[in-house]
Amino acid sequence: MERVAIIGASMTRFGQRDAWVRELLAEAGAAALDDAGVDGDDLDHLYVSNMASGEFEGQTGVSNALAHDLAATPAYTARIDQTSASGGAGVYNAWQSVASGASDLTLLVGGEKMTHRSTSEATDVIASLTHPVEYKHGVTLPSFAGMTARLYLDEYDAPRESLGKVAVKNHRNGVDNPHAQFRKEVDLDTVLDSPIVADPLRLYDFCPITDGSAALVLCPESVAEQYVPADEYAVISGIGGATDTHVVHERVDPTTMGGVVDSSETAYEMAGIGPDDVDVAELHDMFTILEFLQSEDLGFFEKGEGWKAVEEGVTDRDGDLPINTSGGLKSKGHPLGASGVAQVYEIFEQVTGDAGARQVEADTGLACNVGGFGNCVTTAILEGNQ
Amino acid sequence: MSDHDETRTDGGGETGMEPTFEAAEYADGSVTYPPHTVSPNGADRTGSIDLREYEARVVTWTTSTATPPGVREPNTLAIVEFEMGDGYDGPPVRALGQVADRDGSGDGSEDGDGEQFGVEIGDRVEPVYADEIREPGAGIREPDSQEWDGFRFRPVE
Repeated sequence: MERVAIIGASMTRFGQRDAWVRELLAEAGAAALDDAGVDGDDLDHLYVSNMASGEFEGQTGVSNALAHDLAATPAYTARIDQTSASGGAGVYNAWQSVASGASDLTLLVGGEKMTHRSTSEATDVIASLTHPVEYKHGVTLPSFAGMTARLYLDEYDAPRESLGKVAVKNHRNGVDNPHAQFRKEVDLDTVLDSPIVADPLRLYDFCPITDGSAALVLCPESVAEQYVPADEYAVISGIGGATDTHVVHERVDPTTMGGVVDSSETAYEMAGIGPDDVDVAELHDMFTILEFLQSEDLGFFEKGEGWKAVEEGVTDRDGDLPINTSGGLKSKGHPLGASGVAQVYEIFEQVTGDAGARQVEADTGLACNVGGFGNCVTTAILEGNQ
Repeated sequence: MSDHDETRTDGGGETGMEPTFEAAEYADGSVTYPPHTVSPNGADRTGSIDLREYEARVVTWTTSTATPPGVREPNTLAIVEFEMGDGYDGPPVRALGQVADRDGSGDGSEDGDGEQFGVEIGDRVEPVYADEIREPGAGIREPDSQEWDGFRFRPVE
């Protein structure tokens, strides 16, 4: 199996954008091709990670549209929908296309256009991933987060303030990300005094609704230096994907995300490393509670101890294990199909030493992208050539 | 196809039959709600049980103030775990559902005119039928693709 290199990466500004999904995808796609120094007609495969362009915008066939817009025909194209983990699933498919030998040059673009919809409508599009017996009760992803947060705080005797500190940390990180939707610090009082959305979680415990796109160019590591110098590419040294129950209430331990556990075990084994070897991580903090769950289920901290790491500054940018240096979904924004790609973009920037003011000391980074409420997960490990 | 292969889950209002809170039983002794084609361990389905006959305890809950179209606002939701008795050693049998209104209304209206019961982790609750939990067609889901009646939970006095 070929080792796979990322030789180009880009992301658009995340936030409320005038552009529609086709334009967003083309913006990021063209920039990534330019970063790698290749043209659309060099591509063998082109994948688009997108959850719901048909539901949000009435635009389907987005991978075909993008191939035409980037002059990438006749490359093989496909759209990858894995709900909020569409981006991570796209990384998996793009990696697989190169690792298998089916493609010598693959472009992956993730994107979503959401902000033209009301919060209520966007929330319902996302909640449509739930089982009928959950959907009819009006369950939303934020309400799953509220229930899980209450149980976590109760079981592990964690203070409510610890969740707020995740929001404070990630907003602080987002200030230095020129692509982030929110580049503004918030203090703990602001978080804890914000309106309740899903008790005990408040407005600042949740990511925003976002437009945006991100892209990666992948090729076999054996030919990466034909495109870029050795210190400008990163290798996907490990990757795994896993699925948990569709019905969230059927999980034996509601505070454990089995898909995170399983996908990371696969990724660690492939990379030949363990959680202690990870220098920086991007986690799917769609809700603050998810940063605790993932940091534990990835093996960074013992179960029930993730909140202490945040309290002690371990996950700060200057801590022992910086988490969400990009600002995370919380500050950077969460354009569904783009998020998993943008997580890998941040890790790529970190391990190639190109993260600017956000730079931390990192040879190895990890990105964990979660769909649904842990229903489907991918974990990717990148290593730089610095 | 056996008579329980349809993905009917609970309710029964449209059929005129007495509504049931249907969970599935499997050959390995496990029970799930909602029913699946096979058990979590892959065992064949052997029958159904009616969860109306069981009390449950609140595992966790939330009150959502930002509800999607066709859903009462606010909306208190709970995950509950049924007490299946000493003879049951399968995985926990749980359900997610709305917490009932104090006045017993079940009209699914969006205005939240009925005050909802308060619950806490560990509280004992019982299912109570509501003929429309959410307004069909108000959200993105095709109205005919699923049932809209079902069971809320109220504290056991």
